[in-house]
Amino acid sequence: MSNHASKMDDGTSFRLGEARPGDRGVILRVLAPTLQAASALDPHELELRLLEFGFVEGAHVEVLHEGLLGGDPIAVKVDDMRVALRREEAMNVILTPEAS
Amino acid sequence: MTESAIATFALVGNPNCGKTALFNALTGGRQKVANYAGVTVERKEGQVLLPDGRRIRLVDLPGTYSLRARSPDEAITRDAVLGRLKDEPAPDVILCVADATNLGLVLRLALELKATGRPVVLVLNMIDIAERQGVVIDIQALSEGLGAPVAATVATRKRGLQPLLEIAAAQIGRGAGEGGPNASWREPSTADVRAAHRRARDLMRATVRPPSRPDTFTGRLDDVLLHPLGGVLVLLGVLFLMFQAVFTWAAPAQDLIEAGFLALGSASAAVLPAGWMTGLVVDGLIAGVGSVLIFLPQILILFLFILLLEDSGYMSRAAFLMDRIMGGAGLHGRAFIPLLSSFACAVPGIMSTRVIDSRRDRLTTILTAPLMTCSARIPVYTLIIAALIPDVRIGGFLSLQGLVMFGLYAAGILSALAVAFVIRRVFWRGGGEPFMMQLPDYKLPEPGNLARELGQKAWAFISRAGRVILPLMVLVWVLSTWPAPPQGAEGPPISYSAAGQLGRWLEPVFAPIGFSWEMVVALIPGMAAREVAVAALGAIYAVGGEEGALAEILARQWSLASGLAFLAWYVFAPQCVATLAVVRRETGGWLWPLVMFAYMLGLAYGGAFLVFQGARLLGGG
Repeated sequence: MSNHASKMDDGTSFRLGEARPGDRGVILRVLAPTLQAASALDPHELELRLLEFGFVEGAHVEVLHEGLLGGDPIAVKVDDMRVALRREEAMNVILTPEAS
Repeated sequence: MTESAIATFALVGNPNCGKTALFNALTGGRQKVANYAGVTVERKEGQVLLPDGRRIRLVDLPGTYSLRARSPDEAITRDAVLGRLKDEPAPDVILCVADATNLGLVLRLALELKATGRPVVLVLNMIDIAERQGVVIDIQALSEGLGAPVAATVATRKRGLQPLLEIAAAQIGRGAGEGGPNASWREPSTADVRAAHRRARDLMRATVRPPSRPDTFTGRLDDVLLHPLGGVLVLLGVLFLMFQAVFTWAAPAQDLIEAGFLALGSASAAVLPAGWMTGLVVDGLIAGVGSVLIFLPQILILFLFILLLEDSGYMSRAAFLMDRIMGGAGLHGRAFIPLLSSFACAVPGIMSTRVIDSRRDRLTTILTAPLMTCSARIPVYTLIIAALIPDVRIGGFLSLQGLVMFGLYAAGILSALAVAFVIRRVFWRGGGEPFMMQLPDYKLPEPGNLARELGQKAWAFISRAGRVILPLMVLVWVLSTWPAPPQGAEGPPISYSAAGQLGRWLEPVFAPIGFSWEMVVALIPGMAAREVAVAALGAIYAVGGEEGALAEILARQWSLASGLAFLAWYVFAPQCVATLAVVRRETGGWLWPLVMFAYMLGLAYGGAFLVFQGARLLGGG
């Protein structure tokens, strides 16, 4: 993941897949190709699905809850909608922090 | 009725937008549920009277976020909208149903639907909740911005239905003659989706004022229900309540059905002439249908719980809480619902795997669903446990019999997890399908919709009992009755029948797992439905239907090792033709039912062998 971190615009942006409950941000980028081939989907398909669930550049995201084991999956609020997803897929959503 | 319909309207929308409530409100009782040709996606169609007296056909299409289909359900929605289904006229007007409190995603879907070239009407459903939250929607501006008429409704209170129908009726005939609809539709690229999102967002900003009193109820409830630990505890409590209900609330109704069929049987026996005719009607038809319908109360209670959990919005929370736990075994979070249903009966469980998008995840769930202890195993477990397990209490309060029953349930669950694990880690390695699902706002289920859905489920079960299980029961009866024993023959008549001869012929195969020929014979009619083995054992040991007496006979005739092996066999054995038939239908071929049959048979034989030989070593022979 380190080589991807360098692609980020500044030091403050973070991945949704690494966020904790309470974290908020605005989506900077949705980048499926950073995925480490862990999913059954090809990156393009995953990007489309994220987009279709409202993970699109400029959307406001807040992490609400996380699961018991390994804090996975996470429940997030994307604009006005609550969505559950795994951290693995959420790694492809890059946020810039937003004050609570 | 269909001939007089002048047009077809189709309901399209995101899941949980109140689409089905709108369908029910518009069609009232005038609807029919069937499957689409060749696939088992539920097809709901109804007739609606327009304000001007003309009739239209209304089709309720499966919920979707996009016309880019991922699951079989969504493929039906796409093909229906594009008019690609055989024998299905393309819709004249598409009613795009939106949850008025949550417009963001559906506006993008509406734009995608408009791109098909067919007339679209945007329906802002649940407008009352949006108003209560202080959402203000400029309908005029929204309609202009979208380029489609907009109507506001409250389906559950039947508000706004007539204006909606007037607006939609005005759209009939538009959209044709523009070089043909669909010509412009293609699968959207990521850039298209982003552009549509931007348009949808601009539209939202210009026409919708966000809620001044946003709903905080869902958030507060989620703080409890999605709490990492508390949420899991609540879920376990809900499941416990559900099983209690299935087994205790259903009992009086089941007793009533059993008594009713017994009375019907003896009444028929009194009227019909003695001979094979009576045997076929009383033992084959009436007892056969009765042995299946007796599960109707349990299945109805189970479905009532499942519908309540779904309609209230809790089911997706349960999938969220279970995703990681089941994911450890290679199962998808959404497999939770089908596996839960399989505790009543694997047939509806397997049918509900349609909510799983990926074929591999779906097949894994289908293959493991029959290992869940379905209600048909209960009579068999109860009989064998009563016969062979001493009624003692361990430590003064834990019943040994209850403990064995619990162990059998646990064996089913653990083996299902183990099988899923083997399938996903050995045969289908590689990443799983992403788990992504909407967590809808909580809402009170609407009793009318609940009753209607429950009625449809009940009818589906009854008609299947008639079409699939009844002919099998008759076949089993014939095999266990003919050929008739010769004059002056000794022993139970069934031992001379085709089933009896087959049992004797198979006896050597089952000797290593401790089954006598009587037990083997009981397995043969048990193929049609597991619980029939109880009646078959009764017939073989030539006693009446009285269970206590049969249990005493088994206690004398069977060794503990054989009895335990029989239980182990029943945990795994693929003894249900209805399940295999539904797997064939859902997977579209004989490959997967055969795989299921083979692996379950292997597990049953292996499990019974280990139990029998182990119990003998420990002195239970």
